[in-house]
Amino acid sequence: MKAAVITFPGSNRDGDVAKALKQAGATVAHIWHADTELPAGTDLVVLPGGFSYGDYLRTGAIAGRANIMDATRAHAERGGYVLGICNGFQIVCEAGLLPGILMRNADLKFVCKRQHLTVERTDTPYTNAYTKGQVIDVCIAHGEGNYIADTETLARLEGEGLVAFRYADAQGRVTAAANPNGSQNNIAGIYSPKLNVLGLMPHPENLIDSLTGGIDGRGMFASLMSGKRAA
Amino acid sequence: MKARVTVTLKTGVLDPQGKAIEGALKSLGIAGVDSVRQGKVFDIELAGHDAVAAEAALKTACEKLLANTVIENYRVEIGA
Repeated sequence: MKAAVITFPGSNRDGDVAKALKQAGATVAHIWHADTELPAGTDLVVLPGGFSYGDYLRTGAIAGRANIMDATRAHAERGGYVLGICNGFQIVCEAGLLPGILMRNADLKFVCKRQHLTVERTDTPYTNAYTKGQVIDVCIAHGEGNYIADTETLARLEGEGLVAFRYADAQGRVTAAANPNGSQNNIAGIYSPKLNVLGLMPHPENLIDSLTGGIDGRGMFASLMSGKRAA
Repeated sequence: MKARVTVTLKTGVLDPQGKAIEGALKSLGIAGVDSVRQGKVFDIELAGHDAVAAEAALKTACEKLLANTVIENYRVEIGA
């Protein structure tokens, strides 16, 4: 699999996600936000975490209008994979690739901690290496992760099975106490209708080595490499 | 020509920053504060003198960048 990791001014997780992708077997190209084209044969575009443009205006707002986003949008429309992690999730929402928006955390605090997630379905290109009902232990680090969408959009996401991950406790219980940021329905990540675009606030790329805390993040990268398309 | 764009959160959108400011104002003893909603103001200098064209351009600017219409409303005022 050929991955293109986009670097914006203020991205800071591009190196980590590239490492996770390479570990899983991908070849990785680093692409600058001002570029207008993706390398030929790109399968996966990754928008990494960070603080693009210093979070000015709204998180992800300016990056969402960067040159490379036109090519990224076209890639998604062709059915190509687009993965937005943390600031990348904010960027894909601002770019209109996924609905809704990430607002300031409900308690106004930047939250940086380990977090359990439920894997809502395991028949997608991003989660087929996980087992049904699996609860994974990953990291979150964000100040604006409070997922908000209008009632109609939320009903559509839920109705069409487009919620990818939810914040949960270690037993997989999706409770208000396990919600770190106030997101509606504990939403931690969502898919596009064709399941080729995924945006999520947690950082699976942090959990790829038992030396640094765990390997529950590997499943996402392994899933992508498996070549299984959406069910 | 000067213009002012005001971006505010839509009614019903949770505004934790506004709530925190409201709490701070109350703790300062400012009398009569019922609630606070915060937003953004952009003062923009425009070339030319065509107010109608300027308003149209700024509405486009709001739709494309300055506001996220999922959660925000905007208002464009063209000044002198």
